[in-house]
Amino acid sequence: MAITTMTIARWGALVFALGTIMFLGACAKKVAPPPPPPPPAPTAPTASLSANPNTLDKGQSTTLTWQTTNATDVSIDGIGAVDTSGSRQVTPSDSITYHLIAKGAGGTQDATARVTVNAPPPPPPPPPSVTEEELFAQNVKDIYFDYDKYDVRADQQGSLQGDAQFLQQHPNIHITIEGYADERGSTEYNLALGTNRADAVKNALIQAGIGGDRIKTISYGKEKPFCTESNESCWQQNRRGRFVYEK
Amino acid sequence: MSNSARPIRHHALIAVALLLLLTTTGSAQDWIRTGTGLGVERVRLAASDFKPSTTDASNTDLLKTFNDTLWSDLDNAGIFDLVSKSFYPLQEPGQPSEVNFTAWNSPPPNTSMLAFGNLGAAAGKVTVQGWLYDVKNEKSPQVLGKQYVDNATNDAVRVIAHKFADEIIFRLGGGVAGIAESKIYFVSERTGHKEIWMMDYDGANQQQITHMGSISLSPRISPDGSRLAFSSINKGGWEIMMYSFDLNRMVSFPRFGGMNLSPSWSPDGKIAFSSSRNGYPNIFTVDASGGKSLRLTNDQGPDVSPTWNRKTGAQIAFVSGRTGLPQIYTMEADGTNLQRVTDQGYAVSPNWSPNGQFLTFSWMRKYGPGEPGSNDLYLMDVASKQWVQLTHDAGRNDFPCWSPDGRHIVFQSHRSGSDQIWTMLADGTNVKQLTSKGANTQPNWSWK
Repeated sequence: MAITTMTIARWGALVFALGTIMFLGACAKKVAPPPPPPPPAPTAPTASLSANPNTLDKGQSTTLTWQTTNATDVSIDGIGAVDTSGSRQVTPSDSITYHLIAKGAGGTQDATARVTVNAPPPPPPPPPSVTEEELFAQNVKDIYFDYDKYDVRADQQGSLQGDAQFLQQHPNIHITIEGYADERGSTEYNLALGTNRADAVKNALIQAGIGGDRIKTISYGKEKPFCTESNESCWQQNRRGRFVYEK
Repeated sequence: MSNSARPIRHHALIAVALLLLLTTTGSAQDWIRTGTGLGVERVRLAASDFKPSTTDASNTDLLKTFNDTLWSDLDNAGIFDLVSKSFYPLQEPGQPSEVNFTAWNSPPPNTSMLAFGNLGAAAGKVTVQGWLYDVKNEKSPQVLGKQYVDNATNDAVRVIAHKFADEIIFRLGGGVAGIAESKIYFVSERTGHKEIWMMDYDGANQQQITHMGSISLSPRISPDGSRLAFSSINKGGWEIMMYSFDLNRMVSFPRFGGMNLSPSWSPDGKIAFSSSRNGYPNIFTVDASGGKSLRLTNDQGPDVSPTWNRKTGAQIAFVSGRTGLPQIYTMEADGTNLQRVTDQGYAVSPNWSPNGQFLTFSWMRKYGPGEPGSNDLYLMDVASKQWVQLTHDAGRNDFPCWSPDGRHIVFQSHRSGSDQIWTMLADGTNVKQLTSKGANTQPNWSWK
């Protein structure tokens, strides 16, 4: 194999040498007057365009920087005529390719720079499995009362503010406030007391800016206890204004 | 002191119609007992078992029902010294001619009065003849002679016994009608829902009236017994509902919105109740059809549980939490002349006596930290605000309501371990349990 390769190379060199001799011989035969010297050809323009940064979030700005040579007329699509070199801040609302055209006596040159605009981060969408009603159940806290009292006590104000905030953020939710009492005392008085407790929660929500037409109230007194033992922790569970989702 | 409640401690303080019996108990605690319209000397009465007057096979059963019912009615009346049957002569009369006066008017029975008679079924009908004899007046002994005919059923015989008992009670009880034919309305949970039920005054014939399937409370029968007001929860809230015993069905009554609770009838058929239609629960009155609404109180309350002066219809007592723990207040039926009548504790469920003189109510008199306290029933003379305690150391007691004759009080008590309906004489004695199935609460006694 080595021998064959060497043979081909030797033949190639020979053919090249013969060709050269023939060409030179032909030129030598035709002697013409030299053409007039051409005017010096204008130099073609050059152009570059860049964006820094070239990836941004919607609303942010980027700096376009361009440089040209041998150009007399420079423009960028969408911006218009610009200096032959320079920079400019732009705030594209969507991804865009900036296109620069540099024209000069030597021709036209263009350059491009791509700017990618990221879509705004979508508001964290509630996972599709969590309904508004479930959010309500997770976020809204019942209000608890002292024995025989219907004013919203100090340690419940935090819950109440949180509830009001949630309802402000979910303006389509309607609610019923259910008033409850513990087992002590009389059926009729406890129903009336539960009415005042439910109304106290409703009035506090209205004061916090929630529309009264979104809030219904009802009293269950001691008719539907959450807890049926006869001790204070159980009684406290039963002295409450309960939030019920109505959509 | 004249404007605050105070216990009755001395005989000098006794209101005219208030009879005090000082009872010394084994626990060395003096319980003051009171009764209304009771004579100091109880009439000594014997009630001989009625005899069969036919040979019908059903007589035995009917006689047992009749004799048990009559005895129970006379015993419940609270105005007799009922002579034990073990003292009776062997020969009990079925006819006037069979009465041996000496055997009855001398010891051991030593009775003044003797009730006796006969009962006989024939062809599906039963005939009852009954007499009341003053056996110490042999020359002219007959006080009463009655004959009744009805279907030969236990229910009919029970009604006959009630009627005969009421005749005796009317004659010997100072002209006050007996209560053996009266009814008691109450709330029962025995079906799984709180529904309104009714029963005879002695606990017999318990039957369901409403089938609302939700929560129904506070039954109150109209003075003529034709309509029953109560409150029931529905989608919109608590509303006053009306049942007609003429039509045996619910009839319409206006819905007011908000919470509407605890109706109470005036003697002339108006209704007072608690309503939060304007915000806080306050006392309103309406006419029998729900019109002509009048607002009597206007405060944060809550105001609830009104009860009319059953004699005059001119005053209303009610419960208010306007100063904290609920207290009992009285006012004129137009809302003027407000007076607080309890001075401490937790006082609820007032009920005004038929003679207009007394309130009975449930009171935890010394409620507070470290005070064990129990809900006991009390009786207060409205004019003087003097009170006596009717129940002692017997669980939670609530919703007392007077009998038509003013001699008895029906109430709800937890003394047996669950809420049940009980009756007692208005002096706190002769306590009897009427219900035992499920939980039973909020009794309301008919007006007659």
